Amino acid sequence: MKYDFDFSAPLAYWPDLLAGAWTTLALSLSSTFFGFLLGVFCALASTGRSLWLARLATVYIEVIRNTPLLVQVFIVYFGLSSLGLQVGAFTAATVALVVNVGAYTSEIVRAGVESIPKAQLEAAETLGLSRWQTLRHVVLPPAIERVFPALTSQYVLLMLASSICSQISAEELTAVANRVQSDTFRSVETYVLVAGAYLLMSLVMRAVFWLVAMVAFPRLRRLGTPL
Amino acid sequence: MGFLNAAHMQFLFDGLLWTVGLSLIAFAGGGTLGFLVALGSSYGPRWSRLLVSLYVKLIQGTPLLVLLPLVYFGLPSLGLNIAPLAAAGIALSVYVSAYLGEIWRGCLASVPRTQAEAAECLALRWHQRVLHVLLPQAVKIATPPTVGFMVQIVKNTSLASAIGFVELARAGQIINNSTFEPFIIFMIVAALYFALCYPLSVLSRRLERSFHVANR
Repeated sequence: MKYDFDFSAPLAYWPDLLAGAWTTLALSLSSTFFGFLLGVFCALASTGRSLWLARLATVYIEVIRNTPLLVQVFIVYFGLSSLGLQVGAFTAATVALVVNVGAYTSEIVRAGVESIPKAQLEAAETLGLSRWQTLRHVVLPPAIERVFPALTSQYVLLMLASSICSQISAEELTAVANRVQSDTFRSVETYVLVAGAYLLMSLVMRAVFWLVAMVAFPRLRRLGTPL
Repeated sequence: MGFLNAAHMQFLFDGLLWTVGLSLIAFAGGGTLGFLVALGSSYGPRWSRLLVSLYVKLIQGTPLLVLLPLVYFGLPSLGLNIAPLAAAGIALSVYVSAYLGEIWRGCLASVPRTQAEAAECLALRWHQRVLHVLLPQAVKIATPPTVGFMVQIVKNTSLASAIGFVELARAGQIINNSTFEPFIIFMIVAALYFALCYPLSVLSRRLERSFHVANR
């Protein structure tokens, strides 16, 4: 069968698509930020002294990593509202993504923390650094620098996974695409267009993370070699 | 939990079976394609390496939730009518092939180069080198990450619900539509997914540890 491609129909919706892409980016960036904080906290908890905190962190990580994001999104959005906690789609989506990516971040950062040689910690203790100072100056910077490429990949995956939030009517790019294709019946064109947009956004995100690394890690900036 | 009767549980269980079935289809299809991806990018000529890396970048840069409707709505408008199961199977296979292909490429690359050179010195042919020298070693390295990725496959099958395929997540949604108890139902659904995925995660970790011990 012959099929004439017509990209003009979905392209006529470009303001909607652009707004959707913007929502996707906002969703991804906010959940990257809070997910990173949550992840670092859980990584420290799971490598720290308190056995209870470590256990709690392990349970959280295992539960999140072994259940689909879609179900987590449903639990936050539908589940919380049925328990009397009304949240909007965007808030619910952000919460679900933060909780989800926090678990993955935690596993990655934990690997970084465990890669710090014990002698460094002993040296820090000898210098009379407090536990907080040791974490802040000796453990975390090299740990995060070492796992930064893995974190970058994880957050790009998070941006792609944020498409799942279209299932709870958060108006991000995929949700807009679903609406546009049902308006225009140009499904191939719409989804090809949107796939291209996601590809572009993932490239942009990688570039942004590279810049962040250059700003955050002076050693990497000067030497350019992996730690 | 009085609102859940035996029929509901049966429906969820059927959904669970479809999740397992779809995961197996995706693993088989994605594994086959991924094997070609790994071979093409490791041992192929220059053009196949370029083509394969373009394919991997393209698939890894698009969300599965865009690939699924692209196949499901796209193929019919090209004149090819397919069922949700087939569409989900195809989209998941393509998606999985890009990731498994990359994982396996890394495993092939981590077999020491000297092994290939030694095999060449022994005058083994190309297929003999790959089949008898490189692959057996790569398979051993590849097993733990592959089992780990199976967890991702099981979880990603939940997205097939978006194109109307009734697997575990969709079954949960349908039951929720009639009972309006989302918290409990999705907790049960999550627990069922956990029951599928957690053993795989543990197995992957155990394999990894035994592999490390064997190579100490």
